Amino acid sequence: MCGIVGLFLKDKTLEPQLGAMLSEMLVMLTDRGPDSAGIAVYGASTKGKAKVTIQSPAPGTDFAGLETELGKKIDAKVKLLAKSTHAVIDVPADKVEAAREAIAELRPSVRIMGAGEAIEIYKEVGLPVDVVKRFDVSKMTGTHGIGHTRMATESAVTTLGAHPFSTGPDECLVHNGSLSNHNNLRRELIREGMKFETENDTEVAAAYLSSKIAHGQNLGQALESSVNDLDGFFTFVVGTKNGFGVVRDAIACKPAVLAETDRYVAFGSEYRALAKLPGIEDAKVWEPEPSTVYFWEH
Amino acid sequence: MNVTTLAKSPQREVNYAPRVFDLDTAPLRELNLALHQVTDAADEPSWEVINPKGSHAVAAGVAQPIAVEVRGSVGYYCGGMNDKASITVHGSAGPGVGENMMSGQITVKGDASQYAGATGRGGLLVIEGNASSRCGISMKGIDIVVRGNVGHMSAFMAQSGNLVVLGDAGDALGDSIYEARLFVRGSVKSLGADCIKKEMRPEHIAKLKELLDRAGITDVKPEEFTRYGSARTLYNFNIDNADAY
Repeated sequence: MCGIVGLFLKDKTLEPQLGAMLSEMLVMLTDRGPDSAGIAVYGASTKGKAKVTIQSPAPGTDFAGLETELGKKIDAKVKLLAKSTHAVIDVPADKVEAAREAIAELRPSVRIMGAGEAIEIYKEVGLPVDVVKRFDVSKMTGTHGIGHTRMATESAVTTLGAHPFSTGPDECLVHNGSLSNHNNLRRELIREGMKFETENDTEVAAAYLSSKIAHGQNLGQALESSVNDLDGFFTFVVGTKNGFGVVRDAIACKPAVLAETDRYVAFGSEYRALAKLPGIEDAKVWEPEPSTVYFWEH
Repeated sequence: MNVTTLAKSPQREVNYAPRVFDLDTAPLRELNLALHQVTDAADEPSWEVINPKGSHAVAAGVAQPIAVEVRGSVGYYCGGMNDKASITVHGSAGPGVGENMMSGQITVKGDASQYAGATGRGGLLVIEGNASSRCGISMKGIDIVVRGNVGHMSAFMAQSGNLVVLGDAGDALGDSIYEARLFVRGSVKSLGADCIKKEMRPEHIAKLKELLDRAGITDVKPEEFTRYGSARTLYNFNIDNADAY
């Protein structure tokens, strides 16, 4: 099943509440997927700075001293902020790749969840209510965000198998459905040089979009391409630094509801997730059409 | 002189004011249990549900001719299996509204999500907005009237009953249809396998007029519709297709 939520704010005064709104939306869909939950939040970005979100099964030992060691290794000022099993490391924007390599070397058990100027990603096994509490999501400020609660079908219930998946800078994707041509596509993308962390079908979809974007398509075009190239069932919600997109496959059996007001665009697998948003009574609420790309940008 | 004392008949209390359930405070199971416990519709003819906020299975399985007004939007399977009740949703409905309805009427003032009226065996389902994909899938006698459009694969494998669409129909209308009648006033994006355009005879005009009347629709004429139905070429296996298997 799986449950997806997304929120793209137009009204800046709502930004301090983004994390709280998104958390409440996600918790509402708990019964669509109790295996694991995750959230990506696009917060404030500083020019020349990037954020790398990492995860560790042993944060106590892995995160201790990492700030100093990493700073020395990549010869830059870095700042590590640990939140439970995750940590966000601020690094200079031109040092992201160096930091990725250094982290892999310094702490082999640490996984990179995502990186970019604005994105932070938190995901873990467990119920949405516990996951959002663990990472204090309700206190997060941001311009847009995406959440997912998973009922696993295609791969194991692990932290890395949880959504969102991020395979490019400031990109992330969540998925409800299952893809049937992901093994072939993964092989093709590996030949292109993409790296995969899991056997998960959604990671392939994320990498597919990242590859299209790396080849010069914008997110809207990449989503258009996905309708033709991906086989299976999907409702995708994707985020980029400034953008927020939704697309469903041609059969469109995975549910989706969009709502738009002057203040926000909101997505939910079900209307339930949107029912408590401010002004929802007067919002334009509709079901996104199959094979149709919906895309908003700041 | 004999004085007859008439046996005192039990006082019959009829609650004409609607019995209100606020789903912000009352659990959904309490509402549905109360609806299922009605043994005589005349005792409690009128019900109202407030703050449904997308709840699933609101007023599913009602089996008495009561009226249920739902103030707001509902989630999956609202009014599923409905038998005799008249349910009005003053909002939009999630997937499977009126699924396997037996009789009675369900009216959705807003839009309906996918498979509205799926497998319905009787009664009338009125969607005043648009219905999404697979509206009336496998319908078995239900009548469905949609004021707006219906999505792709509507009336897929429809067996009997009538689907009336005042707007347009999406791709593959009536795919693998048996005997249901489809009336569309707008365009049809494409017809599914074995679904064909058919002649509107006087009995179809009369049936359509009756359905529109029952749905409370007075601003369109039956003559504006086109009828679609089964070409009946899939009823029996065609030996020429043996190679396909």
